[in-house]
Amino acid sequence: MSVPLLQVNDLKKHFPVNKGLFGRQTEFVYAVDGVSFEIARGETLSLVGESGCGKSTVGRAILRLFDVTSGQVVLDGQRIDDAHPSTMRQLRQRIQVVFQDPFSSLNPRMRVRDILAEPIRNFGLAKSATDLETRVTALMDTVRLPREALNRRPHEFSGGQRQRIGIARALAAEPELIVCDEAVSALDVSVKAQIVNLLQDLQREFGLALLFISHDLAIVEHMTHRVAVMYLGKIVEIAPRREIFAAPRHPYTKALLSAVPLPEPGAKRNPIILGGDVPSPINPPKGCRFHTRCPFVFDRCRTEEPHLRSEGEQWVACHLDALPAG
Amino acid sequence: MALLEVENLQTHFRTPSGINRAVDGVSFHVNEGETLAVVGESGCGKSVTSMSLMRLIPEPPGRIAGAIRFAGKDLLRMSDREMRAIRGNDISMIFQEPMTSLNPVLTVGRQIRETLMIHQGLDKQAAETHAIEMLTLVGIPEPKRRVREYPHQLSGGMRQRVMIAIALACNPKLLIADEPTTALDVTIQAQILKLMLDLKRRVGAAIILITHDLGVVAEIAERVMVMYAGRKVEEAPVAELFRSPRHPYTQGLLGAVPKLGSSLAGTTTRLAEIPGQVPDLRKPIAGCVFAGRCALATDLCRQYAPGLEEKGPGHIAACHYASKGAVAA
Repeated sequence: MSVPLLQVNDLKKHFPVNKGLFGRQTEFVYAVDGVSFEIARGETLSLVGESGCGKSTVGRAILRLFDVTSGQVVLDGQRIDDAHPSTMRQLRQRIQVVFQDPFSSLNPRMRVRDILAEPIRNFGLAKSATDLETRVTALMDTVRLPREALNRRPHEFSGGQRQRIGIARALAAEPELIVCDEAVSALDVSVKAQIVNLLQDLQREFGLALLFISHDLAIVEHMTHRVAVMYLGKIVEIAPRREIFAAPRHPYTKALLSAVPLPEPGAKRNPIILGGDVPSPINPPKGCRFHTRCPFVFDRCRTEEPHLRSEGEQWVACHLDALPAG
Repeated sequence: MALLEVENLQTHFRTPSGINRAVDGVSFHVNEGETLAVVGESGCGKSVTSMSLMRLIPEPPGRIAGAIRFAGKDLLRMSDREMRAIRGNDISMIFQEPMTSLNPVLTVGRQIRETLMIHQGLDKQAAETHAIEMLTLVGIPEPKRRVREYPHQLSGGMRQRVMIAIALACNPKLLIADEPTTALDVTIQAQILKLMLDLKRRVGAAIILITHDLGVVAEIAERVMVMYAGRKVEEAPVAELFRSPRHPYTQGLLGAVPKLGSSLAGTTTRLAEIPGQVPDLRKPIAGCVFAGRCALATDLCRQYAPGLEEKGPGHIAACHYASKGAVAA
């Protein structure tokens, strides 16, 4: 089997809080607490979960927007998490990002031309000034924006168009992996469809791998090859799309799916409505982190933490799943 | 007689670059105990419509014209004093952002008490008791403790429950919910939607639900009004609208949303795109507001605005080609 493009092994990121008067660090937010997965070339892996589950922190750790607490992030055989700044610079070319908010993620004082040219110059991808110009105009064609728009600034564009600029900027570096952190969440329905279609086309055209971070399960199902479901800093289930949406095994995955309102009036369903709220990641519950809200909780869940076990390609962390069938 | 009748509502804003016709001639009604959903994308005028109903639009730069008859009386002709007696009492509102719509320096108990003491004339003791009852009603655990807490001590879902408790404290006849679950996570959204359905059954208030989420519409609305660029383009009973949308914009919206479970059918199809974007409402639009993005548009559409026509029982749409569109779809 070929080496995956990206490997994440037992990734942990704990943010200190309550620094105290004398810099004593008393508590930590266990934002990501032991997460492992792989992404193959050209594959889309979606990270789903609710606010505070740590999905964006995973994305940022992969981009090395901060240093991780422990664990490894390996891109194509090379460690990212402890790479020297000079190596990191080269690695950054291969992983790019598209953020959620197309209003704050583009520099308002730069023209679109300069926004797109910056990564090309930084990574020395253009051979000459004319090559740079060719690349910039080609990017506009790729994301289906008019070439005349190159001389305008971000505020002159609508949300959907800005997100196209953000995608073009990510593509400018010719990356192998793009982290899409809620990249379509802020967009209106009809524009969202445009951007989703664009991302799928680009993936096919350039063989891009995508880490698609989202809370919108219907969009995820539409786009993804595999899904990892996160809850309080851990992956509770990771499986190919078919398994997740046809036969989810973790109670949280089931609840999450059944909570999505369907655009079909009178659709027959029995939603699993979870009580309560997500506990604080500062003091995550002992045992299974989901046990405080799980409808199927039993004694073992309160004391012993379940680990991911596989059945085929579907990995689930639940004691219930470990019980013999029947 | 309908509980609320809105006739030719026009809410315009004066801006340095021209008059923004945010809502331009919208008429609709809400019956007692009914849930009407208003759907559309950003800038379609759905929130401005709801703010206009409560007369929360600052004038100037805004200007509201038309008629808003609530239980037969025109809200637009009322004095500010009369209007204050309506707000929070007969008509109340839930906003999207439970953090910014609660006062951070007052306990939630005090915020629920306030409306009861002003509108119902309860004394502090009675209002406190009622506030605890309201918190119990909206499913907040340990209401006696929570009533003394501040908004920051509550989670997003709990804050939205408090908002609902305040809105329902005076038994309003009409509740306007502007994107009540948009800021919430899906499992919390499911809790709040269930709560709204339960409460509606028990309290019997009519609801105007403003949302862009067609899933939420399908789950709790009875009738749906679709808005685009400040106009009403279609209105129908909920099942009818999802089964046979007549307006090309409504058809586009429904086609643009992927359905959960679609991958199980085998192949996921490409999402339908609505090309282009919403027109600039500061420029006068001749013809149909959707013509610039519509695949069916002809010269007729670009020159003459279509009127709302009946396409079926309770089903109206503003499109010259609506019946043809339905056949084609």
